[in-house]
Amino acid sequence: MEMEQSGMFMPAQTVGTVLCCICGVAMPPNPANMCVRCLRSRVDITEGLIRHAAIVYCPECHSYLQPPRTWIRGLEPESKELLAFCLRRLRLPQRRIRLVHAEFIWTEPHSKRLRLRLRVQAEALHGAILEQAHMVELTVHDRLCDNCTRAQANPDQWSAVVQLRQLVQHRRTFFYLEQLILRHGAAVRAIRIAEADHGLDFFFGSRSHATKFVDFINGVAPIRFRNDKQLVSHDVKSSVYNYKHTFSVEISPVCREDLICLPPKLANALGNLGPLVLCTRVTNSIALLDPLTLRSAFLDANQYWRAPFKSLLTSRQLVEYIVLDIEVESAEVHIGGSKYVMAHAQVARITDFGKNDTMFTIRTHLGHLLNPGDYALGYDLYSANNNDFDIDQHKNLVLPETILVKKSYQEKQSKKRGKARTWKVKNLNMEVDTTSKGRNDEKRNTEYEEFLRDLEENPEMRFNISLYRNKEYQPSEAASTADGDDIPSIPLEELLADLDLSEDEGNQNGENMDE
Amino acid sequence: MLLNNPQEMTISLSAGVQFENNCEVGVFSKLTNAYCLVAIGGSESFYSVFESELADVIPVVKTSIAGTRIIGRLCAGNKNGLLLPHTTTDQELQHLRNSLPDGVVVQRIDERLSALGNCIACNDHVALTHPDLDRETEELIADVLGVEVFRQTIAGNILVGSYCAFSNKGGLVHPHTSIEDLDELSTLLQVPLVAGTVNRGSEVIASGMTVNDWTAFCGSDTTATELSVIESVFKLRDAQPNIIVDEMRKSLIDSYV
Repeated sequence: MEMEQSGMFMPAQTVGTVLCCICGVAMPPNPANMCVRCLRSRVDITEGLIRHAAIVYCPECHSYLQPPRTWIRGLEPESKELLAFCLRRLRLPQRRIRLVHAEFIWTEPHSKRLRLRLRVQAEALHGAILEQAHMVELTVHDRLCDNCTRAQANPDQWSAVVQLRQLVQHRRTFFYLEQLILRHGAAVRAIRIAEADHGLDFFFGSRSHATKFVDFINGVAPIRFRNDKQLVSHDVKSSVYNYKHTFSVEISPVCREDLICLPPKLANALGNLGPLVLCTRVTNSIALLDPLTLRSAFLDANQYWRAPFKSLLTSRQLVEYIVLDIEVESAEVHIGGSKYVMAHAQVARITDFGKNDTMFTIRTHLGHLLNPGDYALGYDLYSANNNDFDIDQHKNLVLPETILVKKSYQEKQSKKRGKARTWKVKNLNMEVDTTSKGRNDEKRNTEYEEFLRDLEENPEMRFNISLYRNKEYQPSEAASTADGDDIPSIPLEELLADLDLSEDEGNQNGENMDE
Repeated sequence: MLLNNPQEMTISLSAGVQFENNCEVGVFSKLTNAYCLVAIGGSESFYSVFESELADVIPVVKTSIAGTRIIGRLCAGNKNGLLLPHTTTDQELQHLRNSLPDGVVVQRIDERLSALGNCIACNDHVALTHPDLDRETEELIADVLGVEVFRQTIAGNILVGSYCAFSNKGGLVHPHTSIEDLDELSTLLQVPLVAGTVNRGSEVIASGMTVNDWTAFCGSDTTATELSVIESVFKLRDAQPNIIVDEMRKSLIDSYV
């Protein structure tokens, strides 16, 4: 070959024929100098290759066993992956034999047999390379894999539970958490979700799923938790212990719109924040706002639980006021994404209005929202009976008579009552224990209504929640009569259309929220 | 014995010869028209095969060369002379000079390629040599053996002495030799040539068999096809076919002992 490349003259070389040394038939010479048939009849290169093998298959989860313990899923019959799996099981001697081609021979699916045809090449005597076909038959044995046996034996078997608790009188937090969990899919691995009083229980199949869930909750609420385990069974020979793990998670009882009197130490630590503060937002940290000075502070979960405090008054105790006069005092202040304006206001309780002359002159942070004649909700400190340890701690504390919290749309909303909303939310499928005492369905429904109304009024609450367009909503003609004041409602761009994969409707793609 | 009447000598082909269970006959023996050299083996069966065939006709000499038994590959010769490598000891040289007939010139030559049997293939008229042989050696060959020397390769192999075996009647070469090469060699050697194998497909022809004008000895692995090829090309088949069959049978039985 090199001589040809160097330009030398090479005479033509015709290969002659020799006689096969066994059978005498004329053939071109090869390294063994035997014709192919004699070679094949004398040398069997597939000697030593296995012809029958067994593989194990789980009929429940359609997976194949790779010994000693791995179960491989997703191997379709007559697929490339199944072929590769079978070839691995055959343990071909890679040094001696080269696999050129492999394919399935069709067998009935119920026959529990897989047939392969392989073509192998190997060196026969004297360096001649021989190619031969080889048939392998694999027997499929049925056996339930470990996970399926466990699932079949006890389908409700859980090994970790996360018990979320919040010791308050309402379930607003849990409604909100439910929406968050749905949005982020944190509970997809939960075997079961059950309602308990003051909270929810989430049951998981493995401890790691439960830990992941607790981590998720840690990121959205100020919690403290502890982890305990109980021994269920114990294999002496291999020292394997089976536990049931319990995560007790407690969410802080401070909620949005609560009035809090800070303990003196904490007030000092936060820079002498006026002991009466409003809680404006609860995520994994608590945002506090002093309504009289418009100063704010953040407490994260560790800080809170080091010196936990309870709310003085909660949103149950909100009383309705009517604003008689308002006088803006200072300019706009932006705190944490919302704006506040300090104002002097003259307010009277709705119950007093028209009956007697009780009026209060107060300072409020809602100067930007309120106009004379508006309704507002606030805490009535004038007539409240406070039995709080922390208040007594503060010496020389002068309590304001009223602290306004939010504007109320009660009147207008009463017109809208009974009409469907343009949007809806999904729900987690929880097991509800209807027989336990202390349940009040009516109270539950009103609380849910209030939660939905909260969603409408607060854009920042909607941030982490998926809202869906309500297909059943038909705008009735009566609605188009112009309402004087705009009731806060959710703009259409924020709603996701429910992805419906049925065949009669086309796919509607969800529009994402811009927030 | 009856050397002067070659027509009376029985033409025979012995197959099934083994030297200590090894079927490479051409390694342990050297056969020419005037003499036969045989290696010293543990058992006498190898020697007796040759003796039974040739004892009356030409001398069969047991020897070693350079203390080894691979004498067929170390020396080269024909009826005129015998060439030995420089590693041959003086005693062996003397022994050979004494045992061989007077007409045969025994010469020890100084050559870098000392396996002369692998480098030189010759009959009584023509010799093929390894292309790298010295010029002086070539002249010596022409002198001592009285032949015309050609430097050649066979099927691209330079060891011409191993890959072909030829007598004055015909020759067998490496199976991969192309047709053009066969023609060229045939023209040089002036004998019919055929490409074939010996000892069940072995390409090393001269190791597997040894041949002169009327006798051939092949190793025990040689198949019937190969035997028929050898018979036809070396012209060992004509005249007195019965005797050939008898001889063959005898030799076969002999070697199984």
